[in-house]
Amino acid sequence: MIAVALWSVAALLALAPAGVVLSTRPRGSIILYGGCLIATSTLCVTALSDLLYVPQLTPSATLPIGLPWLGAHFRLDALSAFFLVVINLGGVAASLFALGYGRHEDSPGRVLPFYPAYLAAMNIVVLANDAFSFLVAWEFMSLTSWALVVSHHREAENIRAGYVYLLMASFGTLALLLAFGLLASGAGYDFDAIRASHPSAAVTGMVVILALLGAGSKAGLVPLHAWLPLAHPAAPSHVSGLMSGVMTKVAVYGFVRIVFDLLPEPVWWWSMVVLLVGGPTATLGVLYALMQRDIKRVLAYSTIENIGIIFTGLGLALAFKAEGLDWVAALAFTAAMLHVFNHALFKSLLFFGAGAVLGATGERDMEKLGGLIHRMPKTAFAMLIGCVAISALPPFNGFVSEWLTFQAILLSPQLPSWGLKLVIPAVGGLLALAAAFAAACFVKLYGISFLGRPRSDVAASAHETDRFSLTAMLVLAAFCLIAGILPGLFIDALAPVSKAMVGNIMPHQVGLQWLTIVPIAESRSSYNGLLVFVFAALCGTAAASAIHRLASDRLRRAPAWDCGYPDPNPAIQYSASSFSQPIRRVFGSVIFAAREIGEMPPPSSPRPARLRVELRDLIWDALYAPIAMVVGFATDRINILQFLTIRRYLTLVFVALIVLLLVVAL
Amino acid sequence: MSSLQFDIAHLLAGSLVLASFMMLYQDRLYALLNVYAVHAGVLALSVAWQAYVQQAPHLYVTALIALVFKAIIIPVALHRIIKRLGIHREIENVIGIGLTMMAGIGLVALSMVVMLRVTPGADALAREDLAFALSVVLLGLLIMVTRRNAVSQVVGFMSLENGLVLAATGAKGMPLVVEISVAFSVLIAFIVIGIFLFRIRERFDSVDMQALDRFRGERR
Repeated sequence: MIAVALWSVAALLALAPAGVVLSTRPRGSIILYGGCLIATSTLCVTALSDLLYVPQLTPSATLPIGLPWLGAHFRLDALSAFFLVVINLGGVAASLFALGYGRHEDSPGRVLPFYPAYLAAMNIVVLANDAFSFLVAWEFMSLTSWALVVSHHREAENIRAGYVYLLMASFGTLALLLAFGLLASGAGYDFDAIRASHPSAAVTGMVVILALLGAGSKAGLVPLHAWLPLAHPAAPSHVSGLMSGVMTKVAVYGFVRIVFDLLPEPVWWWSMVVLLVGGPTATLGVLYALMQRDIKRVLAYSTIENIGIIFTGLGLALAFKAEGLDWVAALAFTAAMLHVFNHALFKSLLFFGAGAVLGATGERDMEKLGGLIHRMPKTAFAMLIGCVAISALPPFNGFVSEWLTFQAILLSPQLPSWGLKLVIPAVGGLLALAAAFAAACFVKLYGISFLGRPRSDVAASAHETDRFSLTAMLVLAAFCLIAGILPGLFIDALAPVSKAMVGNIMPHQVGLQWLTIVPIAESRSSYNGLLVFVFAALCGTAAASAIHRLASDRLRRAPAWDCGYPDPNPAIQYSASSFSQPIRRVFGSVIFAAREIGEMPPPSSPRPARLRVELRDLIWDALYAPIAMVVGFATDRINILQFLTIRRYLTLVFVALIVLLLVVAL
Repeated sequence: MSSLQFDIAHLLAGSLVLASFMMLYQDRLYALLNVYAVHAGVLALSVAWQAYVQQAPHLYVTALIALVFKAIIIPVALHRIIKRLGIHREIENVIGIGLTMMAGIGLVALSMVVMLRVTPGADALAREDLAFALSVVLLGLLIMVTRRNAVSQVVGFMSLENGLVLAATGAKGMPLVVEISVAFSVLIAFIVIGIFLFRIRERFDSVDMQALDRFRGERR
């Protein structure tokens, strides 16, 4: 099992140098993405079979690379297998999409070599079973994804995104390095040894905080999210899909591996920290998303929201496990893992759709799109499913995982701790608010980009995207539907993961009547996705056929109703900014210090009046800007050292040596 | 090991430190080079004695390398460089001989304290050897720091390297490969520095490092 997985990863690594050669060939990208497709499908199938038929003995392997006295340890337990499935499902879809999309790449030499290396790095992170391999792979993942972020380096914005990303990635790795350093001080770097050790309460507390910082900065938890909406949209679209849909999940994996697996039994305050970060992340992320006009930035901010939901689920699992209610912990943990899977599906789908739109129109600004449903009907269909799924509407998959999270929240009165009893409903309120905003956000994204009339010439002359991209999107859309109407299968598949991490599992779902899922007890709550789907499909068909039968089915083209002003100019339509204006008025003045400035021209001037909206990122102003200022000040002071004479440098070295020797001697 | 063997090893290593001290106060370049040649010769003797004591024939090769390259070829080459640069009459104003010597004595004391403290387990010969070697290294650095002329800085660097070789031969079982690679790296460093000397000279008509600093627009 693990041999197959490792060979596939090796194949991906071997494809990376081949990418340099292939990028100069006319059909090189097809060969490369085809190779990635085969390798990731092999990995996906291997991991899936491991997850479904859990072997008696956890497969593991040690390779003689890395630290000489340690070697590189790999292990494929249920958690690794689940995340391998997520990564490689995303990898398969992205490679399939890129078979078509990647042909239009301007500079394939900047994308092709890094793409397979990036996929391989994510796989190694999940497979690693010692801290050294884990950190090396983690950093390799950061570096390769950075290279992909700056692949379109001619745009100054992308360079800045790459710079901020690199800084935050280094910070995250530093935090993880310290966390593993604390854990390894008593045991060594092997995860098996760390599991067997008994660190003190102070050490475990620090490790939890450091893991939250390290993994959270990669996943995009507020306030460590600043890089994410810059970096994710800057990469080519299939890579954006991987970064948002998959790499943030690798970060979640890192957190789960450290906090649920490597550390001993949790303490209640860990969950408090995670919940207090997760809930606001969800709400703030989606509020940011609502204010954006750039499709890919909306999607990147929405990733922050979903990471908030996942971390809330993990926080709930920690809370219930710490208080001994491990059957509820299993529910919350399964909900979080299911959301990991679901978000990987629909976020990849949405980024691919955004990529298809970008390829067809060259435009990411929603205010310049519109009416694409007529020009790109299949893309529009797939995007619609993605939007419905991410808005957590039944019968699609997003609903199931968020509903399960709320089921766990509703069980919070059973907790003995008063602090958690008060905080968890508040976090639940934040999640509910976030879910509503997400729906608004995706109504805006879909409505403004795909409906209405085209707002620019490029939108008017758009054309449907290629077969491969469409296949990738439609396969993901089908998965969204399947996971929505048959959630029982997926919940049962997650049982070994939940068993290993929180020590209990949710009740078995397969075999219940009518494919219903019952998280706790039938008397309490149940959900049947199939029934909702059949009902919605029947009602929809009935209504459509009734309208077409009873009324005329002849197609008529008529001018759109423009509130009584028959103006042919499409700019008069509802715009993205006007859609989000009410929410901006309510929340924006506090959270974004939003100001609306109306500029009226003097009476004699023919200039049009303008309405400008200024938004500020207060987290950036309050947290990042002061840090940047302090660092800048310090470097200015130290900069003197760069212009010393040779003899002074020699003297500095000499004095440093003497001081160190004195330290040894005294 | 007999006490005579130990004493002779001690004597040779001590002479190396003494030669380093002599280099500290030489203010003429030719004199500095001559002392350096003596320094390298003492090193060769010391290594040869170690070879005899440890019954390690490959160390004789090291001694030969030290003698041929360091005691003969490099000083002769530097002599020629000085002649071609026409700086053999230059007198370097070493910063206060008394002060430099005091600093050197302090460094030797420091290296003794450090080495005797961190190597209580090693055998006596290796310990003494390491302590002397560290003194030679530190004195070499001190020469580099106190000199202004590029040639004398090179000589300081070479004497520092001699200290490293002394340390390497003092430890038993050091493979020949390591020594040869060290010797070659020094040779290459020598060539590179030599080329740079001429480049600096071509551009500034001087190998005084102050000229470089002036060129970069800096004050002393």
